[in-house]
Amino acid sequence: MTCEEAEVLIHALIDGELDAGHAREVEVHIEGCAHCAVLMKEYQEIRQAIAESDLRYKAPLELRRKIEKALPQPQPQAAPSRRSVLRGFAMGSAVSAMAATGLVAIVLRNDDEQRIENEVVSAHLRSLQAGHLIDVVSTDQHTVKPWFNGKLDVSPPVIDLTAQGFTLIGGRLDYVNAREIGAVVYKRRQHVINLFVAQTANTERKTAKVSTLQGFNIRRWSDRGLNYWAVSDLGADELSEFGDKFESAMRANKEG
Amino acid sequence: MVVNASQDDPEKARRFREAALPYLDDAYTLARYLLRDAADAEDAVQECYLRAYKHFDSYRGPAMKPWLFAILRNVCRAEYARRKTAPTAVEELPEGGDQTPMWNEAPETPEKQMLRRFDGDTVRRLVAALAEPFRETFVLREIQNLSYREIADVAAVPVGTVMSRLARARAMLRSAWLAEQEQAK
Ligand SMILES: [Zn+2]
Repeated sequence: MTCEEAEVLIHALIDGELDAGHAREVEVHIEGCAHCAVLMKEYQEIRQAIAESDLRYKAPLELRRKIEKALPQPQPQAAPSRRSVLRGFAMGSAVSAMAATGLVAIVLRNDDEQRIENEVVSAHLRSLQAGHLIDVVSTDQHTVKPWFNGKLDVSPPVIDLTAQGFTLIGGRLDYVNAREIGAVVYKRRQHVINLFVAQTANTERKTAKVSTLQGFNIRRWSDRGLNYWAVSDLGADELSEFGDKFESAMRANKEG
Repeated sequence: MVVNASQDDPEKARRFREAALPYLDDAYTLARYLLRDAADAEDAVQECYLRAYKHFDSYRGPAMKPWLFAILRNVCRAEYARRKTAPTAVEELPEGGDQTPMWNEAPETPEKQMLRRFDGDTVRRLVAALAEPFRETFVLREIQNLSYREIADVAAVPVGTVMSRLARARAMLRSAWLAEQEQAK
């Protein structure tokens, strides 16, 4: 691999968009090329600095009001059930109709999973903004669990893991993959863990996979028709520990 | 700003609110970076939401955020076109601009020297100073967390173009970062 190629591909590597084979090729080049190694390090530093600066803007309240006013107002007596609303959004596997062209696309990871992981991280970031983290504040699973009932087709399992070192702090409704889904929120020390739970037609059990995106770790697994994404700035080892504890508590619940 | 009678469907409006309004801050942020003007950004986002509502019946996914962004981007491009005739035109590189090899202009920094950290306002200024279409690509990736494929859909370009634009955007930002660092000394 030449430096010219590497200087483009290191970005896809940093962004987690390269498939395993090409990622390895870029890594091999970087191991043997001081020039590209320095560049990569600097790009990562800039990226980290960007992630830590708040570069977003908040929409003015007046804008929100103007948009609200322009839309037809809801009729309170005719409020449809949450279920029928959700059915409107069940658009299945969201494969983009716009196919990528060009050879470069072949080296990229090509999956919905990547897109959803991106959304999950965005949702995690949104939740960290002031006042966005929790809709129902409680350290009691018997309060959080019923709160979800009626708000979602399937309520996420809510498990108290305080004894295992992860404090349940509440729950929230969020939007991922154009659907409303449940997020159960835990804390370890000052670190927030969002556990996103979505229903899936596929009941196959998928063992955990840990990945890193935007400086956050994601532990993803599936069990009994539910997809789970645990997202946190905790280290991969501690996030894995969280997932392991959660899964064994789930097993204990089912068996017990 | 009035939605016509055939659009006056409260159930549709309800679904639209639930699906689209959570992304209002995201849309406003993108418009701020694309237009670099608070009032224009506000107008563009308002127009975007009205257009999105009109086309909401035909919305089939994939995800709401990139779908809204694609609409917003078109609204912003119309605004660029309007400004082109105004005295202060927005600079925009020609489409071939991203073909310039970036490896010719990456200044070397001494190894082990950490890049300096800047405050949020400085970083915003550096990002806002990037030329189009690199700024757009950069903001969609780094601030909006879109995947390459989603960016390709929003900007209506191949994924390969997203990759080269992003590489160039980061190279430009890195140069600007180093220059700012030099100046701050
Ligand atoms: Zn090299």
